[in-house]
Amino acid sequence: MRRSILLASALATTLALTACGSGEPSGDSSADADASAKPSALGSLTVWVDETREAAVTTAAEAYEAESGVDVEIVQKNFEDIRADFLAQVPTGEGPDITVGAHDWLGEFTANGVVAPIELGDKAGDFIPVSVQAFTQDGQVYGLPYAIENIALIRNTELAPEAPKTYDDMVAAGKKAGTKFPFLIQSDGDKGDPYTYYPFQTSFGAPVFEQNDDGSYRPELALGGENGEAFATWLGEQGDEGNLSIDISYDIAVEAFAKGQSPFVIGGPWMLEQFKDLDLAVDPIPAPGDQPAQPFVGVQGFYVSAQSKNALLANDFLVNYMSTPEAQTALFEAGGRPPALVEAADAASEDPLVAGFREVGASAVPMPSIPEMGSVWSFWGVTEASIISGKADDPVKAWNKMVSDIEGALG
Amino acid sequence: MSRARYKGAEAGSGTFSGAGFAVKLVLIALVDALGVFGVLAAWRAGSWGILAAMVALLVAANWVYFTKRALPLKYILPGLAFLLVYQVYVVGYTGYVAFTNYGDGHNSTKEQAVDALLVQNERRVEGSPALPLTVVEDGDGELGFAVVEDGAAEVGTAEEPLVAAPDATIDAGAVTEVPGWTVLDRATVLQRQDEVTTLRVPVSDDAADGSVRTQDARTGYVFQPVLEYDEAADTMTDTSTGVVYTPNDDGQFESADGETLPVGWRVTVGFENFATAFGDERYAGPFVKILLWTFAFAVLSVVTTFALGMFLAMVFNDPRLRGRKVYRTLMILPYAMPGFLAALLWSGMLNKSFGVINQVLLGGAAIPWLTDPWLAKLSVLGVNLWLGFPYMFLICTGALQSLPGDVYEAARIDGAGKWRTWRSITMPLLLVATAPLLISSFAFNFNNFTLIKMLTGGGPRFDDASVPLGHTDILISMVYNVSGLDGSAPRDYGLASALSIVIFVVVGVISAIAFRQTRKLEELS
Repeated sequence: MRRSILLASALATTLALTACGSGEPSGDSSADADASAKPSALGSLTVWVDETREAAVTTAAEAYEAESGVDVEIVQKNFEDIRADFLAQVPTGEGPDITVGAHDWLGEFTANGVVAPIELGDKAGDFIPVSVQAFTQDGQVYGLPYAIENIALIRNTELAPEAPKTYDDMVAAGKKAGTKFPFLIQSDGDKGDPYTYYPFQTSFGAPVFEQNDDGSYRPELALGGENGEAFATWLGEQGDEGNLSIDISYDIAVEAFAKGQSPFVIGGPWMLEQFKDLDLAVDPIPAPGDQPAQPFVGVQGFYVSAQSKNALLANDFLVNYMSTPEAQTALFEAGGRPPALVEAADAASEDPLVAGFREVGASAVPMPSIPEMGSVWSFWGVTEASIISGKADDPVKAWNKMVSDIEGALG
Repeated sequence: MSRARYKGAEAGSGTFSGAGFAVKLVLIALVDALGVFGVLAAWRAGSWGILAAMVALLVAANWVYFTKRALPLKYILPGLAFLLVYQVYVVGYTGYVAFTNYGDGHNSTKEQAVDALLVQNERRVEGSPALPLTVVEDGDGELGFAVVEDGAAEVGTAEEPLVAAPDATIDAGAVTEVPGWTVLDRATVLQRQDEVTTLRVPVSDDAADGSVRTQDARTGYVFQPVLEYDEAADTMTDTSTGVVYTPNDDGQFESADGETLPVGWRVTVGFENFATAFGDERYAGPFVKILLWTFAFAVLSVVTTFALGMFLAMVFNDPRLRGRKVYRTLMILPYAMPGFLAALLWSGMLNKSFGVINQVLLGGAAIPWLTDPWLAKLSVLGVNLWLGFPYMFLICTGALQSLPGDVYEAARIDGAGKWRTWRSITMPLLLVATAPLLISSFAFNFNNFTLIKMLTGGGPRFDDASVPLGHTDILISMVYNVSGLDGSAPRDYGLASALSIVIFVVVGVISAIAFRQTRKLEELS
């Protein structure tokens, strides 16, 4: 008797739970069940975005939902977590259909087979060439680009009315301004910051990897040799003179510039938010070497999962809805990163600061997306930091040891 | 909840009546309902392992709580279930991964790797146009594409290459109607999207001309596969060069001259990971240093925190001190702060040029707290002392208050001084109570990844090593680095699991020995 009560109540609760469960639009495993249970629902898309892009993608998703009747579920994640989580979850079938990501993840994503190519067709021509190029590997496009970002020289026009032509000009102008720092460039303690220092390095003619004619990289180190040694020597000198310091972190650099403690800071559009009260100009980065100072350009975009059960929807959403000027402009307004779509970029360039970054970006080089890049970062920054801080007595020796260590790690 | 369950269990084991039984009934019904829901969900997702485990747990739970013969189990079953799920399973899975090559390039199953290779190596035929496309269905339910090329409509299926369909209706550039075919509406297309995206309609009878496929059911493109998979022979063939790739033992397709295709899959590799862990010469030198530092760090952390915690506990245990409660509350504050946050704050405060310690407390000194090898070690220990002493303070306070007063009285009568009393009575009695906690504290600090990662990141780097490891790296942060989990090397979960198992063995052995020693201590008292 009592057992039957138990059975009955267990059954009732299970039924109630099942009912609740299948009511949720929580994609993945229950998506197939939903589709068969409710013929009116056309399926659902799961999209991973980070905090800064959530609102903009939600707007585009709502437009898509209204027109196609598809559920789009936006999942907010930390940008730093997306790369590893996407790699781990796609093979299990629990991953999203679409994720936001940076182009330099591409090498790892394709080597692990977690992304599917996207056919942009004629739309490819509507984008700034470097953005599509960055998402291209071996002739296939793997992502829909939406933003291009690079660093440049941000100048406080009150303290320095003219753009410096060379590195020495900049230091001289900074000293003349009488501020606490002649110019600011961020580092990360003894881990260094090779990304931000890269334009200085390229001006000495020492890019990190050899580049093919189509702009892609091949895993042959190019940062060694005479040019690399010249850069290392220069780093040591500037560290001794106190122009470069590894103790200036991102926060310290931004705060000092915002307080008017320096006329120049080398940084990206993501800093501008904090400099609202200042009169600014964005200029090319002055070169300490005899070649142009080319920063890295990073492209942000959307990837489609190779295991997506809704590949059709995912491609439709990206190619036909996220590539519109409205969607790209909304993303620009949400994140402040210049759009990759030419039409949206032109509109955004009405702002002289955005135009300034775009101009510097036009001559920039894409950040390598080959998986070998991962092995370079950790040696690279630490060596730069130890040269700047004077911990390494002989810059050239330290630099050459770094080159051989990286070669050892690449195997 | 747990208290209610205990009550229910007690009542149930005694008599079959009363409010207790009703509570038990409701709780078990709830557990069963959740369990059955879980079983159904696992069924739907096709996760048979989870399904079997859930059924077993459910049956066990019902049997235990309705039989009269399993009284002890009634108390420990929930804990046992959680132990199985959260500990035994995790350890078992780590053990399994340690014997595979799971990592970069071997991220998934063979089936998925084949899919990925095929999809990555299907190329759009150069110069081919974008074709406005409509999905159609013939009388037998077979799907086909109707495309518009140069203003003329063509229809075809996977079997039948595209043929002209002059009587089709074209509206706004796309086919809207074809006699003999049903044009599928958007909803139907989406329901059958798997079929649509995998459909390849040949352009002509010659396979070399390629075939039309679509990704969004709106536009089609002509594609040509570069790799072809032969399921029967289990080989990949490059159609442009004719090279045949066969699967090798490492979970990759390999050609006769040793060239491999990029995407691989997970296979078991035996003890290879363990061999790699100890076989790489570049790691040999740093490994010894890191091992020594790990032991020094774990032991010193326990000793210093325990010493300070015990000292403070004894001071604040003195009844003559006023406002003890306030002091005690203040002492516990560092314990209330999340460890990773505290470590981050400290790393800021210890910054050489801008940190509070140098700037404010030391009047602008430039002491390289985190960048000098020895000072960095000192800083790590100091911060860990700050983080850890409240815990020791808490347990020592508790233990001190439970010490019997009569032994002290006896000591006083025997004429023992303060030092003697402390050494011969307080200390041993305190150790009996706290030794197991000291051992667990050692095990915790041995693997205190958060502190190292957040405070120094392992730095400053070894100058003489060729691997990105540093003076404050401990074994677990070395594992994180070696296996590429920090992104500085290709990710290798197999290697990471193998090294974790090695650390597990080390900590397990030391703890076992230490517990044995503690037992001797107990016999003393």
